[in-house]
Amino acid sequence: MNQMTEIKPLTRKDFESDQDVRWCPGCGDYALLAQVQKLLPTLGIPRENFAFISGIGCSSRFPYYMETYGMHSIHGRAPAIASGLKLARPELSVWVVSGDGDSLAIGGNHFIHAMRRNIGLKMIMLNNRIYGLTKGQYSPTSEFGKKTKTTPLGSIDRPFSPVSVALGAGATFVARTVDSDHTHLLETLRRAAEHPGTAFVEVLQNCLVFNDGAYNTLADKETRDDARILLEHGKPLRFGKDGNKGIRMRGFDPEVVTIGEGGVTEADLAVHDESAPNGGLAFFLSQFAAPLPVPLGVFRSVEAPAYEALSTQLAADARAQKGPGTLEKLFNSGDTWTIA
Amino acid sequence: MDTQVMTADAPEASRCGMQTVRPIEEVKSVVIRFVGDSGDGMQLTGNEFSKAIARAGHDFATHPDYPSEIRAPTGTLFGVSGYQIQFSSGQVFTSGDAPDVLVAMNPAALKTNLSDVKHGGMIIANSGAFNKVNLQKAGYQSNPLEDGTLTDFRLYTIDISDLTAQALKNTGIAKKEVGRCKNYYALGLMLYLYSRPIENEEENIRAKFAKKPDIAEANVIALRAGYAYAESAEMFVSTYQVRAADIQPGRYRSLTGNHAAALGFVAASELAKVPLFLGSYPITPATDILHELSGLKHYNVTTFQAEDEIAGICSTIGAAYGGVLGLTTTSGPGMALKTEAMGLAVMLELPLVITNVQRGGPSTGLPTKVEQSDLLQAVYGRNGECPIPVIAARSPADCFDCAIEAFRIAVKYMTPVIFLSDGGIGNAAEPWRIPDPAALPPLDVKFRTNPDGFEPYARDEHLARAWVRPGTPEMEHRVGGLEKHFLTGNISHDPLNHQRMVEVRAAKVAGIAKDIPPLEVEGPSSGDLLIVGWGSTYGSIVQAREQAELAGKSVAHVHLRHLNPLPAELGDILARYKTVLVPELNLGQLARLLRERYLRDVIVMPKVQGKMFKVSEIYNRILELC
Repeated sequence: MNQMTEIKPLTRKDFESDQDVRWCPGCGDYALLAQVQKLLPTLGIPRENFAFISGIGCSSRFPYYMETYGMHSIHGRAPAIASGLKLARPELSVWVVSGDGDSLAIGGNHFIHAMRRNIGLKMIMLNNRIYGLTKGQYSPTSEFGKKTKTTPLGSIDRPFSPVSVALGAGATFVARTVDSDHTHLLETLRRAAEHPGTAFVEVLQNCLVFNDGAYNTLADKETRDDARILLEHGKPLRFGKDGNKGIRMRGFDPEVVTIGEGGVTEADLAVHDESAPNGGLAFFLSQFAAPLPVPLGVFRSVEAPAYEALSTQLAADARAQKGPGTLEKLFNSGDTWTIA
Repeated sequence: MDTQVMTADAPEASRCGMQTVRPIEEVKSVVIRFVGDSGDGMQLTGNEFSKAIARAGHDFATHPDYPSEIRAPTGTLFGVSGYQIQFSSGQVFTSGDAPDVLVAMNPAALKTNLSDVKHGGMIIANSGAFNKVNLQKAGYQSNPLEDGTLTDFRLYTIDISDLTAQALKNTGIAKKEVGRCKNYYALGLMLYLYSRPIENEEENIRAKFAKKPDIAEANVIALRAGYAYAESAEMFVSTYQVRAADIQPGRYRSLTGNHAAALGFVAASELAKVPLFLGSYPITPATDILHELSGLKHYNVTTFQAEDEIAGICSTIGAAYGGVLGLTTTSGPGMALKTEAMGLAVMLELPLVITNVQRGGPSTGLPTKVEQSDLLQAVYGRNGECPIPVIAARSPADCFDCAIEAFRIAVKYMTPVIFLSDGGIGNAAEPWRIPDPAALPPLDVKFRTNPDGFEPYARDEHLARAWVRPGTPEMEHRVGGLEKHFLTGNISHDPLNHQRMVEVRAAKVAGIAKDIPPLEVEGPSSGDLLIVGWGSTYGSIVQAREQAELAGKSVAHVHLRHLNPLPAELGDILARYKTVLVPELNLGQLARLLRERYLRDVIVMPKVQGKMFKVSEIYNRILELC
């Protein structure tokens, strides 16, 4: 009885399936795969309790490469399928891997409703700002004016920010990271894994065939510190190679300031608060675009009951109130009469 | 068939102890239609009347008919809502062709329904609503109650509006609420006329309005007033009695098709000892299944109102992958939206049930009206070679059995199954003999837990693959919509593997034919004419065939529950008759399937008017053919 069965700790290897990975050499998706495989053995969850659900697109091949339960489904629908799985089996750790087209174009409706419900899914969206699998058309996150095969004269679609969309839909955990910074990627995924409701992570990811260099300034160690701002809860919004730049609020407008110049001190900088009851700051940060630095990290992390927990509670309450159902009771309820 | 047999019994004293002496006419069966404004409570009146009829031991069938607007402007022709019931001392299969009695609450209701009423039938009209404004809205130049329009009918004009107001004048309830009590006044009239007591109804009213006791009392007063009026007024020369039907003994309750389906799904879950998950999006006329199951959370039932039809089925696929009984419910347009996901379910080979309560189409079509025009969509409507078993219910109570049958096939063959109901039976009610739960057939569900030699797409003798719940150690595997290797389920683009997989998926579904109960042929086992029906046309065909047989015609009827695959012996049965007639509420979809499969011609009898077949329509067609 007291003898503990020795459980072999899981390793990254345990999460590698026997399938050949078929992404283009150098694709940013490899970085995500490696970090997820590194993270999962550390979470204390049995391997058989993980399920990865994906839609369609390059990134959606992800489940095939994971030695977990998984489903490569249809375009845009992964959040809906994953929601059903999570509701039916709340004890499973259910992950959704998707791309910008899959999540925000064809699957936009399921994306926002997963956020709204706060169902316990870990949703990773690889955003390369292009359609890769169909060979190079613009996506909902492609920049205005972008020339692609379907926009030879430049795109007239205005892109949106996935983080803004998630926040607007009421997401309780929203983060952004980048494929080229493995440490940041891993830590962001860990935070997402620990969040009880819907956790959304946008991974800025390079497509070296159809949109190479989209995030060069974020990847290049020479330029990245000036191009990004790492969000840390309770810390001032500081960035820059020398760490002396920061964001100061002028009403509702952000401005880049340099500490030590013009009497600016650290006390003048806005302070990040990922758990502020009002999500205004997170939304404000999600709208940052050049020349402002790109925020990376956790924009928002607030506690709210997870949908599957509420659903389970409803059933428990109903059982407590009415007693467990039997077919005898079910069939004989309502107006009945007897024919002798 | 439902003619009134005027065998007047000896007069007897009325039940309320008053000394009215009025003859009671015994009739075999009666068809009554209540019609009024959408807001007049006709559905409620009809429903309550049917309960009273049920308690009297009659067999009955109902047909609610209402507009798709929630509450159209009062008094308009398009805002008329109706509820028809046929009850009988014999078996009842339909709500009846033509009303013997029409209760019309306003001119628009009279105008839109008069042409259906049986010649010489009874019309009870609420004269209080036949005012200038309402007459104008209904397009009447003069008042039909006074201008001789209705001389071919037995007309009773009763100012129900005013009489209800009189009865309630001392209750102190608001004028608006008074107006809403007149349906109970009408119900009281009809209960007296058909010799039913009102005590049970009073209890029903008090239960229904338990939270508003003043409204409950007002409705009880209105009910009693209607009853007393019918009893004491000199206008009705006689009352009517229908003998109790010769019904199989047992305990009964009245169920609509949607309610019966909901109970059947819960029963399937209990029999299988596997939880039920419903992912659905509200759509008329299927929504009541979602309503019912949402209230049964103390069973192992999870309901999920999804963001759209696609999420409805996709969440169901996710749940089925998780190892529960997955159900999605919809109607035609929603079915179209679920198409791609159904293809995924076929590839994943997961058990789930897609219920389509059909309505008039295409597009939004006729949301509240009956049609059977999604059959080809169910059998064929997907990209690729994508076989899915299809079954259909023939009556409201049959929806219970079909719900269990759909899950039986789904779990045994690891396949999505389409269950077709329709707006005609989904909302209509009939008595349901309550089964003994212990006597229901078991539903075997096996989850594979042994990892030794496990291959995700290895098949059993029924060509079904194993169902493995995520969370089972050492059996992690991936599934998906890309073509998969015959055994491992890994992605495979190998040409011969694809052919093999397409063929094995087809063979699996075709193989269900050997698992279908034998067909029952009513009437001669060979001869001149066979009627082949499916779904809700059952009642009309049965009655028409019986009448034709009484008239000396050789005519048989076979009714199909299983539409894909078709029952194995159907070809032999068809071959035994010179002529095959296929009445359906579409332009000939089953006929097309039969021609394709058996290479023989059949006669199409199409109807697409948003209405059920009348018995007489099918009867007359039989007479033309033999």
